[in-house]
Amino acid sequence: MKPASPFLELHDCPRVTVLLDGQPLDLPEGANLAAALLAAGVEVFRKTPVSGAPRGPFCMMGACFDCLVEIDGVVRQACMVEVTAGLEVRKPDGVGDATV
Amino acid sequence: MDTDYAIIGGGVVGLSVAWGLLRRGRTVTVLDGDDGSFRASRGNFGLVWVQSKGMKQPRYARWSQQSAAIWADFANELGDATGQNVPLEQKGGYDLHFSEETLRATVEQYEALKAKLDGDYPFDVLGHNALRKEEPHIGPKVVGAILHHQDGHANPLKLLQALAADVRRMGARVLVGKTVTDVSKPDAFRIDCADGTTLGADRVILSAGLGAAQLGPKMGFKAPIRPQRGQVLITEKLPKLINRPSLIARQVDEGGIQIGATNEEVGLDDRVTQPGLSGLAAEAIAAYPALAKAQLVRSWGALRVLSPDGLPIYQQSTEMPGAFLVTCHSGITLAAAHARFLPDWLEGTVDAPDLEVFSEARFAVS
Amino acid sequence: MQRFDLAIIGAGPAGMAAAQEAATHGLRVVLLDEQARAGGQIYRDVDRVADLRGDILGPDYTDGRRLTAGIGRDGITHVTEAVVWAIEEDFVISFTKDGKGAQVAADRVLLATGALERPMPLPGWTLPGVMTAGAGQILLKQSGVLARHAVLVGSGPLLYLIAAQMVRAGTPPLALVETQTKADLARAGRHITGALRGWSYMLKGVKMLAEITRARVPRYTGATQITIEGEGKAEAIRFTSGGKARRIACDTVFLHHGVVPNTQAGRSLGVTHRWSTEQSCFVPVLDASGGTNVPGIFIAGDGGGIAGAKAAEIAGRIAALRVAEEAGHLTQNARDQRATPLLAALAHERAARPFLDTAYPPCAEALGPADATVICRCEEVTAGAIRSYAGLGCLGPNQAKAFGRTGMGPCQGRYCGLTVTALLAETNGRTPDETGYFRIRPPLKPVTLGELAAMADPDAKVSDGSDH
Ligand SMILES: Cc1cc2nc3c(=O)[nH]c(=O)nc-3n(C[C@H](O)[C@H](O)[C@H](O)COP(=O)(O)OP(=O)(O)OC[C@H]3O[C@@H](n4cnc5c(N)ncnc54)[C@H](O)[C@@H]3O)c2cc1C
Ligand SMILES: Cc1cc2nc3c(=O)[nH]c(=O)nc-3n(C[C@H](O)[C@H](O)[C@H](O)COP(=O)(O)OP(=O)(O)OC[C@H]3O[C@@H](n4cnc5c(N)ncnc54)[C@H](O)[C@@H]3O)c2cc1C
Ligand code: FES
Repeated sequence: MKPASPFLELHDCPRVTVLLDGQPLDLPEGANLAAALLAAGVEVFRKTPVSGAPRGPFCMMGACFDCLVEIDGVVRQACMVEVTAGLEVRKPDGVGDATV
Repeated sequence: MDTDYAIIGGGVVGLSVAWGLLRRGRTVTVLDGDDGSFRASRGNFGLVWVQSKGMKQPRYARWSQQSAAIWADFANELGDATGQNVPLEQKGGYDLHFSEETLRATVEQYEALKAKLDGDYPFDVLGHNALRKEEPHIGPKVVGAILHHQDGHANPLKLLQALAADVRRMGARVLVGKTVTDVSKPDAFRIDCADGTTLGADRVILSAGLGAAQLGPKMGFKAPIRPQRGQVLITEKLPKLINRPSLIARQVDEGGIQIGATNEEVGLDDRVTQPGLSGLAAEAIAAYPALAKAQLVRSWGALRVLSPDGLPIYQQSTEMPGAFLVTCHSGITLAAAHARFLPDWLEGTVDAPDLEVFSEARFAVS
Repeated sequence: MQRFDLAIIGAGPAGMAAAQEAATHGLRVVLLDEQARAGGQIYRDVDRVADLRGDILGPDYTDGRRLTAGIGRDGITHVTEAVVWAIEEDFVISFTKDGKGAQVAADRVLLATGALERPMPLPGWTLPGVMTAGAGQILLKQSGVLARHAVLVGSGPLLYLIAAQMVRAGTPPLALVETQTKADLARAGRHITGALRGWSYMLKGVKMLAEITRARVPRYTGATQITIEGEGKAEAIRFTSGGKARRIACDTVFLHHGVVPNTQAGRSLGVTHRWSTEQSCFVPVLDASGGTNVPGIFIAGDGGGIAGAKAAEIAGRIAALRVAEEAGHLTQNARDQRATPLLAALAHERAARPFLDTAYPPCAEALGPADATVICRCEEVTAGAIRSYAGLGCLGPNQAKAFGRTGMGPCQGRYCGLTVTALLAETNGRTPDETGYFRIRPPLKPVTLGELAAMADPDAKVSDGSDH
């Protein structure tokens, strides 16, 4: 079941499974990852390394870096990534948790 | 007179000296440039470093040791006075080696220096496996390292900020956005700035970094200093990956990995270049392979303030007695010495350190 | 390394039009954009999306297909998902594509990197659920994702456009909290002649407002004391309007008070910028055809000063003609013939700006935020901290950056730079031009060390091994 989301999706698309913090999640294939996560009810994408404050996407155009998530060990902007099957996404959890 | 001491240049060198003089009750006026001027003090690597310094001049090794030894105490005093912590870690630092030959050759040099320093030069040589115990992320290409126990690293920007705050707290006048164009000594000193500001002073300290190359000769100094560019990289903030600093990389207190630095003779050009950034990245990954996945978020180029032999210059002008040239390459390492010991030399007290080897007499007249 | 006559950074209206114009005159063009598909901000993803949601987004959006169609021709190499992170001497351009570093070179470079939304630091603006209005629009355009319970906050035509699009999509915003006042509109009256020349914009504005009103979206104007509340995410917005304190529960807040040029690439190349009082931001100093003080570097579109998509397209063509002439592909006569009507059209497009800039000024409390408000999202630095650095002798942003880390994070000052300049200027009693801006350096966007290292020359010696 999808958690309640503040966002509504206008169109239904074929979905693929990704892993979010190890849990399977079905997202529309080829969708913008940040948009798809928001629509799936994910509001907090990460905790900041400075104060541990929660953050989510802010600009959706690759400028603010608040949508950072870890994909295959590299911290990247979710709003600049497309959903593909099997993507492993991790939400950075503040100081001292990234897995370099 | 407007002030006992006029200090030209408000980088880490000028501010450290200002701080020491203020602590002795002197009145001090600092004149500093504008937001865009070359400032090594905000572009450096932050090492409080002893090893490899003064290989040819043990007095320089000793001077660095003396500063490193009192750095923690100095940082604490600054921190208490300003309420702002100046992060410092002194649990040793590495010289990493990728070949047995260079490691052996360096150890030989260190042994020679150690003898000249009466054995006070504490270092250990770590082979790859011993090093790996200390630094689990070290890469297979690193054959070993020299661990020098007097080395450490600080947050140089916090140091600069604390000095800027504390000299003001102690009553210094700090005039920013000033470019000193001339210093004369009709009677007492007269200092002229580009914007028309003039200042009278009993004594003048020229600690203007690269700016001293122009002003120095007007005050009777040789001031043979040149810029040398260093490009520096910093990554996103990461969990603990590097325990002790090395000349290749260190993890700063905020979490980013700082990587540096190039040595380039390119004049007053402080840009970064793709070949420079790539070369540094490759070296850092050779040392710590896990860094390959780290994001570089920022880079900069900064200009070192170098004398021909890389040693500091401490010189009183013979043409204009009361004017002093104070400049050095390792201004972070030497900040504590400049704040605590150099004022004795400036004031000519009985405790004055012997800094003769750092005078301009060592530079041949050309 | 492949070498081109012209490299264009940004495939929005300015970049696409320039590419097409330049290729028409025989130039070999490389068009680089970090997005997966051409369109830029206004026409984001238009080729894929026009058929799906064209009705909601309107003809001004679907019109973008005209431009995307123009770049699929000989002479244009469009590199998608190319994140440009350095432009250096001889115009070697380094970019990331598919996690790998690549380079192209060009004789001339046109920066068409567009605009960013003006930073809007208000209490609570870093909470999850708070986004720029442009982000809300991108979610709708690109992904068909709509906020169910959103409040729109700020001022400007784009705010109305997004509100109208949300209405059409069937999820009207809960409210419009507008920061401009009636007095602003009255002041704008003196630019009315210009506005009349740009009458089509005004007409569109009136239509959009009618749509919003018909959907019974409450509008609060002259809003002040705006605060976003929430524990770990946005839960409500508080503000004062018409003398009354109000609170609206919501889970999404879209902020907007205008867009400003994205100057990162130009600044990294040493292009001169000046403060524009009318637009309250820095703009590059350009000649009539987009030329800068750096020979070979041109700027077109909103990155050269905000004037909108139509103006961007025209400016792109004008710059391309100049490049074609410089490269010897056009005579001066031929260029003039083509450029003259374009210059007139550009002036016409720009005519509406003074009216819009005055009627919808930026939100005052976001330009000079309260001391406790975080202004640097990356390093979490407050407005009060910046003001205190002025007291420590910081005349400009670069020393303030050294002291407080503002601008050191991954966004590299994109969302704090203008605020830092404004705060220091205000506190030191100096102008924004005297205060200056962050020194922007490569990488323009973060790049992995692995990618950088893969571009290294194995024989080069980087450091001499001496102490630092
Ligand atoms: C890449 C790099 C890495 C480094 N790493 C280390 C390290 O790890 N450890 C270490 O100890 N040291 C290091 N250093 C060296 C250290 O940074 C410098 O020794 C130190 O910052 C020098 O300080 P300064 O005050 O002399 O010069 P600056 O910081 O350059 O300050 C000079 C000041 O003088 C002002 N000025 C110049 N001309 C005039 C004028 N005419 N009138 C008024 N004001 C003027 C300028 O505005 C400026 O603020 C490094 C340097 C570089 C470049
Ligand atoms: C979020 C947002 C939404 C907007 N929506 C509208 C709207 O609906 N209607 C309207 O009239 N105006 C809108 N605008 C205003 C917009 O700026 C102009 O209408 C128009 O898009 C400007 O065109 P341009 O070609 O100058 O730049 P843009 O269309 O912004 O194109 C710039 C392009 O440059 C690329 N780019 C930037 N930096 C790099 C880099 N380092 N490497 C690679 N590529 C890079 C970007 O990905 C982008 O595609 C919007 C602005 C923003 C910021
Ligand atoms: S949301 Fe701003 S960079 Fe992705």
